[in-house]
Amino acid sequence: MKKRGFKDHPYIPNSNIEVQKGMLKEIGLTSLEELHEEIPDDLIFNGEMDIPKAIKSEFALKKHMMNLLNKNKNCNDNLNFLGAGCYQHYVPAVCDEIVNRGEFLTGYGGESYNDFGRFQVFFEYQSLVAELVNMEVVNVPTMDYAQAAATSIRMAYRLTDKRKFLVSEAICPDKFAIINNYCKPHIELIKVKFDLETGLVDLSDLKNKLNNEVAGFYFENPSYFGHIETQGEEISKLVHNNNSELVVGVDPSSLGLLQPPVEYGADIVCGDLQPLGVHMNYGGGQSGFMATHNEERYVMEFPSRLFGMAPTIKEGEYAFGDVAYDRTSFGHHREHAKEYVGTQTGLWGIAAAVYLSLMGPRGMKELGEKIIFNANFAKLELNKVNGINTKLMENMIFKEIIVTFEKTDLTVKEINKKLLKFGMFGGKDLSNEFPMLGKSSLYSFTEVHSEDDIMKLKNALNIVLNESEEV
Amino acid sequence: MKKINRCNILKNFHQAKWDEPIIFELSKKGERGILVPEIDENIKSLFKLDDILPKNMKRKVLLELPEISQSRVVRHFTRLSQETLGADVNIEIGQGTCTVKYSPKINEVIARSDNMLEIHPLQDDETVQGILEVMYNLDYFMREISGLDQFTFQPSGGSQAVMVMASLVEAYFNEKGEKRDEIITTLYSHPSDAAAPALKGYKIIYIHPDENGYPDYEAFKLAVSEKTAAFFIANPEDTGVYNKRVKEFTKLVHDNGGLCCYDQANANGLLGVTRAKDAGFDMCFFNLHKTFSTPHGCGGPATGATGVTKELIKYLPKPIVSKNEKGFFYLDYDFSSSEYSIEKVRMFNGVAQVALKAYAWIMSLGAEGLYEVAKVAVLNNNYMFKKLMENKWIDAPYIKGKQRIEQVRYTIEKLTNETGVTSGDIQRRMMDFGLHYWTSHHPYYIEEPMTLEPTETPSKEDIDIYIDTLVYVLNEAFENPDFVKSAPHSSVCHQLVEDVLDEPNNWAITWRTYKKQNNL
Repeated sequence: MKKRGFKDHPYIPNSNIEVQKGMLKEIGLTSLEELHEEIPDDLIFNGEMDIPKAIKSEFALKKHMMNLLNKNKNCNDNLNFLGAGCYQHYVPAVCDEIVNRGEFLTGYGGESYNDFGRFQVFFEYQSLVAELVNMEVVNVPTMDYAQAAATSIRMAYRLTDKRKFLVSEAICPDKFAIINNYCKPHIELIKVKFDLETGLVDLSDLKNKLNNEVAGFYFENPSYFGHIETQGEEISKLVHNNNSELVVGVDPSSLGLLQPPVEYGADIVCGDLQPLGVHMNYGGGQSGFMATHNEERYVMEFPSRLFGMAPTIKEGEYAFGDVAYDRTSFGHHREHAKEYVGTQTGLWGIAAAVYLSLMGPRGMKELGEKIIFNANFAKLELNKVNGINTKLMENMIFKEIIVTFEKTDLTVKEINKKLLKFGMFGGKDLSNEFPMLGKSSLYSFTEVHSEDDIMKLKNALNIVLNESEEV
Repeated sequence: MKKINRCNILKNFHQAKWDEPIIFELSKKGERGILVPEIDENIKSLFKLDDILPKNMKRKVLLELPEISQSRVVRHFTRLSQETLGADVNIEIGQGTCTVKYSPKINEVIARSDNMLEIHPLQDDETVQGILEVMYNLDYFMREISGLDQFTFQPSGGSQAVMVMASLVEAYFNEKGEKRDEIITTLYSHPSDAAAPALKGYKIIYIHPDENGYPDYEAFKLAVSEKTAAFFIANPEDTGVYNKRVKEFTKLVHDNGGLCCYDQANANGLLGVTRAKDAGFDMCFFNLHKTFSTPHGCGGPATGATGVTKELIKYLPKPIVSKNEKGFFYLDYDFSSSEYSIEKVRMFNGVAQVALKAYAWIMSLGAEGLYEVAKVAVLNNNYMFKKLMENKWIDAPYIKGKQRIEQVRYTIEKLTNETGVTSGDIQRRMMDFGLHYWTSHHPYYIEEPMTLEPTETPSKEDIDIYIDTLVYVLNEAFENPDFVKSAPHSSVCHQLVEDVLDEPNNWAITWRTYKKQNNL
């Protein structure tokens, strides 16, 4: 049976019948059916794919798509307090303008000579993030925070040739699962407890679990629960005395305000770029970064591309190229290279470069301050609501707080359903992930929240928890 | 005005060259690019920073980000974009294996809706019915295209999808309690088909091509055993040669208890023509940023949509998108209770905006359009193949006189032998005309390789321009080899001196290292 195609499609110039006839003639064929002659008959699909008829006009397509998207509710029209790894920050218009430039949007794998701008922007991205974390080497963006952590851990495993790795329990369980899958079967992950009183790393548990089979320790600062880990130096000492590597995950939006992990001894630092000028995109904005010192032993363990400056044959001219390309699986060693390399999240590296260039040192400091003030205000105010405890663990926080519901029959899920009626997205439910925290929820506050927004949340929670029939 | 003689070869091209400083050099103390919302007065009065910030955690090291006003930031990055040869600004044929096609602008406009950009992945399902419906339907379309039974959109690139396929293989045999430690691939499959399974601890066995360029079946027979966990292959491979006996390969693996994994990163020539399931594959993946047109974004965000047969669904990462009897879409974590599930490979629910654009692209084509894409991609490629093979410097090993699918790996070895001009030199010279040109992955298994893939989106005239330019450059290489060897001449920069990039004491991966090296 002859299948029908779609002639004169605007995206396919050579879908015109006359053009096709001419081209077919040039190659000695008379019909499109004669193409694909190398595919045996029994593999040719003679059926019809059950795919809807084309929406032919761009107008109708846009209408169809917008009707679908209008079934979503977004965080601009509603008040959002969800974070847990994906954050609602303000994305400067300039970030959107640059990442939507057709040249960047449709760039890919050219060489330094025709994609010079892509090479320079990635070099600048690396350099800007390097300032933030105060280290000398940053890779091109990886998949997400979890992937960056997983690769950091694999790097430590290769550096030490030890197969056990300690991971703070105060991380997102999904992230732990991602790391675990990526590290299997070579690395055994062992969880280190957090102190239930403080939420910080339990140093005695860490001490007990460190031994000569341990490649390193990974913790996050701020932790999954939003706590600022203050024992960095002690942790570093313990880990380094064990000849292990210290890997620290960090929220880059905190670094205008907080000490970068290298200052308390981190060897490898990782995190997510999404807070730096990338829209949430239902999770499609996640993008990982990694950083180390400029030491050969670390650099040579990176699986990803690293762009470096290089001179050209013309005196005084510089360009950019791949540093130590043969490390990667694109080089000559394929499966004997470091892990593997491929398409990840390049465009978000460009967004982060633009963001950091706009923000500058003052912007990043003010951002951190606005966030920490908001989060502390929320912690203070929400704690006043009857039945809510925001001080389950005593320590300082950055942008997230644990909200514990102590006197209600409602589940966190039910509370969130009720908040929806107020046009609010309540925090992430922790009650299944961490049953020891009781009925808890992780609330996130950033620079997009005002005092008024936080007071609205307080009022709504008060109604949900303390008034039998809310309005 | 007098008639101007026009030449369809872009001889007068010159890449935009702005001589743009490194961003840090633009810094001017006191300038600001954007202001941050101020802390509310009342909130500010309630706390002192030192009381809410642990003393030892306050940033003490100087943050040496540049200080630049907004218009200068815009100018800088816009200039860098102009120095980038995206698909929007060139006849995109030269990045073989990458399937760089036209990415429709309308899909970008749609994806810039607040209802896409500003949705949080942990929102209640009832607030994200639109995007869930898109992902649910896209899964269905992928099943129709592949014949497989369930897709996941969590893998966020082709290489990660290969890693996920290897993880699925690992989970399958863990449940069976079988220790199988070998994965077989072919020389002309993507390097990640070897590298990602190796990450999962598998020993990689390569099947070399036979004299026709097909994976050598006799060698394959010897390689397959009870140690074989899986077979990872692209078909067609990078050569554009379609392995006609693929079904015998998959059958042999199955007869030995192994699984078959299909790298369909690039399925452009096969849409509606042949399906993974029918060739005996247990799983496959499609790169939505390639075949399905969502842009490449200078290397992502992307998606390697990975599909499996019914038997393997239980191992997939969670969640998938399901629909209940009331037509409500939801993130489904309960589709599998298997303790062998690989649980999670990317945070949250995949790269949703890429799924959205791929869905829109499919909706603009329908089944007939997808078939047209495959036919025209193959027509364009074979037209180009025929024309290029008429050139005395160009050859393509294997199956002489037969068709290729969507791309061809050529060789210009004859030219190199005659003139000393290499494929790498031709690559740099093609840049002088604003065109990409790609050699091959490493190591080169075909001498002086050249891999071209026109896709369905250039016109016949576009293809002719590319061919004419390439022929011009090859002739030039014969007549004036030194000029070609010293290319580029119309690029942003001249040839790199690459040594420093491999020298630990000299490489500068960041501006601060460069400054340190030069005492700045």
